[in-house]
Amino acid sequence: MFTSRSKTDRIIDWLITALLLAAGVSTLFPLVNTLAISLSEKAAVSGGMVGFWPVGFNLNSYSYILNDDKFWRAFGVSVLRVLLGGSLNFVLTVLTAFPLSRSTRAFPGRNFFMWLFVFGMILNVGIVPWYLTISGYKLIDNIWALVLPGAVPIWSVIILMNFFRSIPKELDEAARIDGANPWQLLWSVYLPTSLPALATITLFSIVGHWNSFFDGLILMNNPDNYPLQTYIQQLVIADRPALHGGQAQMLAQLSSNTLNAAKLFVAMIPILLVYPFLQRYFIRGIMLGAVKE
Amino acid sequence: MFKDTDRFAYYLMILPGLLLLFAFTFVPLVYSVIAFQKFNPALGIQGSPWVGLDNILYMFSLRDARQVFTNTVFIATMKMAVVLVTAVVFALLLNEVRFLRIRRSIQTMVYLPHFLSWVILAGILRTLLARDGMFNDMLSVFGIGPIYFLGQPNVFPWVIIFSDVWKEFGFEAIVYLAALTGIDPTLYEVAELDGANRFQKMWSISLPGIAPVVVLVGCLSIGNVLNAGFDQIFNLYSPIVYSSGDIIDTYVYRIGLIQGQYSLGTAVGLFKTVVALILIGVSYWAASKFANYRIF
Repeated sequence: MFTSRSKTDRIIDWLITALLLAAGVSTLFPLVNTLAISLSEKAAVSGGMVGFWPVGFNLNSYSYILNDDKFWRAFGVSVLRVLLGGSLNFVLTVLTAFPLSRSTRAFPGRNFFMWLFVFGMILNVGIVPWYLTISGYKLIDNIWALVLPGAVPIWSVIILMNFFRSIPKELDEAARIDGANPWQLLWSVYLPTSLPALATITLFSIVGHWNSFFDGLILMNNPDNYPLQTYIQQLVIADRPALHGGQAQMLAQLSSNTLNAAKLFVAMIPILLVYPFLQRYFIRGIMLGAVKE
Repeated sequence: MFKDTDRFAYYLMILPGLLLLFAFTFVPLVYSVIAFQKFNPALGIQGSPWVGLDNILYMFSLRDARQVFTNTVFIATMKMAVVLVTAVVFALLLNEVRFLRIRRSIQTMVYLPHFLSWVILAGILRTLLARDGMFNDMLSVFGIGPIYFLGQPNVFPWVIIFSDVWKEFGFEAIVYLAALTGIDPTLYEVAELDGANRFQKMWSISLPGIAPVVVLVGCLSIGNVLNAGFDQIFNLYSPIVYSSGDIIDTYVYRIGLIQGQYSLGTAVGLFKTVVALILIGVSYWAASKFANYRIF
């Protein structure tokens, strides 16, 4: 039975919806504004006339970027680190999570290793020893410096391990009776049944690798080796630190606003492309990690 | 049932992960001993002279180190509090929206910034918050400003706090929304029969329904009191706002890697590590005591 809803109730409904839509639109505004700036005329941008829509629509910034070798070199470094880092993360997460999902009877060292990894996760030794370690391995200016240090994403390991543990034991036992060894068990029982969790952890690592800039900044001495985020950081942020700079500098900054906006937007595109999947799996992954008995 | 060859396979599987954990987490721990040395890269750990607790004591005597500590705790705590309150209010209101499609579109809009890097978002904010940027244009309509959002020490921490709210409130709301869908709908029906209005239902059913999750998030945040967000501040701050915006992580970066005071940088970092380990211990203890939470 549903009582007919009063008029005030419906007004409140509309008010709440309007309020939340306003919140949503203002959250999105800075991003839309960036796209609009990148498509606008420089004069309109410096006049502060660009909001949601481009003023004096043109693609000059984008055609400039198309011919910008440095931008594409950095883009390539980022793509490479996502591919290398993503696959390494995937393999290592699976290989680490599976033994840890076993009982202590099947895998006697399980609890000890579990604590070791959890301790490794919460232990953050600080940037200086971390830098000295990596430079000690002679990895400076090497793409592997961007993928090896974070090769075992322990939070993902925990998520996947919990997922493995939620898979019915009967499947496991049936495969064992058929004589499956642990490798076959992992490959033909656990992996095929864990696709949502695997999608989640893969997205975690793709987004993480695409977005990180700091390791590129301190571990790459040669700017040619910068990943895209580091390149943009240097360009958009580090090179214009002075807020009270002289007039000439201000003018130079203003004219580069459209170009910078275009670069920021191109760097967002990969995230926008995977965003539908992110919404579907990432959010489920949060719940996998968060909600437990 | 549990064969030795099976055990061997498990050890083999976990081996690569263990090696990497060792190489990139435990080896840096060994390097941390330079906090107790006057480290010279040319001499290495073996050759550098030991100075005991000198670096640690020196750190406590530095005035900017203390300032940096206070800044960190203030920014981190305010962020967690404001993001939490915003996310809870947002989730409660969104739960009232009946049209599924509108709900979905609002969620799609507010989750997006979470997935973008601070480099991108800071690049955008620097344009919007500039002295002649859109924010100041809007404020000037009301006769306010211009405000140097990124250049005034009394304003800067709030820019950090509220830009973090912008990035994270939608995403944090996910756990509260999930908790709201778990509330027994008959509770609302009974309350309606008793004549409860919309806000009474929100206050006495929805809010208590998500209280355990709020407590959990609160407990887990304790472990982050010293993490004020390196990426965000690093990309937004400048020397003018060091007095209120410099945090432990940015300070360690400048002292240790830019100025090359490896030992001092390591000492400050080690201090943070030790305090953080204690805080994380406390947060997990609190989470399991007050919210029945275990990570594994």
